[in-house]
Amino acid sequence: MHEFYIALSIVETAELEVKKAGGNLVEEIVLEIGDLAGVEEEALEYAWEEAVKQTILEKARCTIEKKSGIARCLNCQQEFTLSFAYDICPSCNGFRKELLQGKEIRIRSLTILYN
Amino acid sequence: MAIPGQAFKKLVVAGPPQKQLHLLERDVLDKNDRDAAHNRQHFEQRHMLAINLVSSPGSGKTTLLEKTIKALRDEVTFYVVEGDQQTMQDANRIEATGAPVVQINTGKGCHLDASMVHRALHAMPPAEHSILMIENVGNLVCPALFDLGEKYRVVVMSVTEGDDKPLKYPNMFESADVCIINKMDLLPYVDFNMEKAKEYALRVNHKLVFYELSATKGEGMEGWLNWLRQEHMALPV
Repeated sequence: MHEFYIALSIVETAELEVKKAGGNLVEEIVLEIGDLAGVEEEALEYAWEEAVKQTILEKARCTIEKKSGIARCLNCQQEFTLSFAYDICPSCNGFRKELLQGKEIRIRSLTILYN
Repeated sequence: MAIPGQAFKKLVVAGPPQKQLHLLERDVLDKNDRDAAHNRQHFEQRHMLAINLVSSPGSGKTTLLEKTIKALRDEVTFYVVEGDQQTMQDANRIEATGAPVVQINTGKGCHLDASMVHRALHAMPPAEHSILMIENVGNLVCPALFDLGEKYRVVVMSVTEGDDKPLKYPNMFESADVCIINKMDLLPYVDFNMEKAKEYALRVNHKLVFYELSATKGEGMEGWLNWLRQEHMALPV
């Protein structure tokens, strides 16, 4: 379950950032996760609960912004939305595509509390 | 105005704690990506070819690796990193081919990451102009997200697994450069549609190159071996 690794990486980054900023806790963390990133939201939530225990993220609100998959067809240049990585171009049924969006696994922001 | 004789109490108002929004915009796998870039630089400086072999458990990665090393060991120096959750079994099999091998047991971990490979490199260390084969943990999901610094990612699927693997595990097929379809000797006995399997894989990744072979019987190995030979010869001297 790589979601656990992802949750731990987020905790590690947040701990470092809060320390650097001289803060105490995180009130909110905003993540950006693409639909085609290979991250199961349920698995991440499950991993999250374990990973944040006794850390500066323990009480933080976690907001996930989803990014839909968008690709450009390399055959007809049409841009289209994908639900699955194997979706083909709806205009010309071409396989060849360039993915423009949907693979993101990012920390967008932290709201840090100072006491 | 001071009132004589009366001590003032210090009034503390508990206001909301101060807070600040920090914009980060950082990739979560940033650290692994940096470690992978470091490995990649190391491979380039030493004129090495690094290959990350990925597949589900039981697709025949270790047998393919044994047969590949035995076939090319007079021409190429191989080094192997073996990733498994437990045991030294695979490392022992590779050791019998004569190639130096480092076994990484990931324990509960379901994939290799770039820092593990980095430590394994220091334990070897591989000679210049060699090929490093990294056999990842048998898992078609998690290893897809972790760049190890390899030049090529080779996904192995076998005809006994079903032709819809690329649809079920798209991230792995999307991130691979080469797709080996193994256990071709068993094709007559299983319900596996080769055309469909390739179509599904190409729908996920139109750049995939296929090699159909049987590592156990040796059929079809030449195409794959020639590709490796060419990539090895293309390394700068």
